Amino acid sequence: MAQVSHIANEQTSTPISSSKSITLRIARYNPEHDDSSKFMEFTIPYERWTTVLEAILEVKKHLDHSVAVRYSCRQATCGSCGMMINGKPRLACFTKISELNSDVITVEPMNNFPIIRDLAVKFERLFDTHHKIKPYLIRDDADLVSDEREFLQSPEEVEQYIQFANCIKCGLCNSACPTMATDSSFVGPQALAQAYRYVADSRDKGKDSRLKIIDESHGIWRCHFAGSCSQVCPKGVDPAMGIQLLRGYLLGFRG
Amino acid sequence: MTEDEHKEGIKGMANPSRYGIERVAYWLMRLSGLGLLAYFVAHIYETSNILRGQVGWNEFLELTQTTEGHIFLAIVIAMCVFHTVNGIRVMLGHGGVGVGKPARPDYPYDPASQNYRHKIGIYSAIVLAAIAMMYGLAVMFGE
Repeated sequence: MAQVSHIANEQTSTPISSSKSITLRIARYNPEHDDSSKFMEFTIPYERWTTVLEAILEVKKHLDHSVAVRYSCRQATCGSCGMMINGKPRLACFTKISELNSDVITVEPMNNFPIIRDLAVKFERLFDTHHKIKPYLIRDDADLVSDEREFLQSPEEVEQYIQFANCIKCGLCNSACPTMATDSSFVGPQALAQAYRYVADSRDKGKDSRLKIIDESHGIWRCHFAGSCSQVCPKGVDPAMGIQLLRGYLLGFRG
Repeated sequence: MTEDEHKEGIKGMANPSRYGIERVAYWLMRLSGLGLLAYFVAHIYETSNILRGQVGWNEFLELTQTTEGHIFLAIVIAMCVFHTVNGIRVMLGHGGVGVGKPARPDYPYDPASQNYRHKIGIYSAIVLAAIAMMYGLAVMFGE
């Protein structure tokens, strides 16, 4: 049963004041005692610059403090507030209400991630697959001695991977991936893009071990280049490109 | 599917409406692949009728000489053309062809891997499939 609430007048707080308002539908689900998720509706005023996260926090502040949502930096850097907003995976802190062009905004937990409660999801699997591809430089002389400097690179060598170093581990790519929707063992676009990031790094010597990790039945070959991961990435990482270029190494097109 | 996993499942995988023409191509690729697999099985059965001799063979072929049979074959032609053209596009992409080069992204982020070359490839596959289907219909229903 949907619940419609309005901003309460409180003396001690400063709610958003605007003549414009939207209906915010928030998915509520607690795995400990709910059989399925339900939506609660709230009417929230907004300004041109109001983000979806601010609207959710407005609900928490004035209407229902029990709404579970994860967030931290509020500037699209930490990757904590990923969720489904009007059916697409987006960062709530990076999505303005005004850009959605809708009077009703539906927020749900990210797909393909187990739900902790309401909008908060578990990241264990994403971190596991991220760790699986060894996201660090591998080389025999990794310990710098006193008379050596850092591992040097040319600007051209940096350009080969720097785009993929922008990944904030928000999980939006994994949420949009059609293979992740059905394959519980698929390593996922986030980890594959990170595999490319290290394989393409001229300082790294762990290419063979990483390629061996992803060259398996639920590894890189499960990607079918639908490209949804790249379309939802809030940092322009383009995991789909990374995966295809990574295949180049496996197929022998790249050195 | 349990709520614990919260996976979208086949319904989410097959939904072509949210992520642009690339996801439509992904969906059509699967649909045409499964369709061609079904046709291949049916075709094996069809050709096995040769063992019944010329009369049996002709009897079975008459099934395809109906309106429904012609429409079915036209759809097979469309699936075959789309799967071939889009398959070449995807294979080139898998080899790293046409997916762009790594570069520092500028906002708004337009993924280089979803560039105009691939979009042209997808639309070409759809248009060529439609043309081939219409040609097939013209031949089968023509005078």
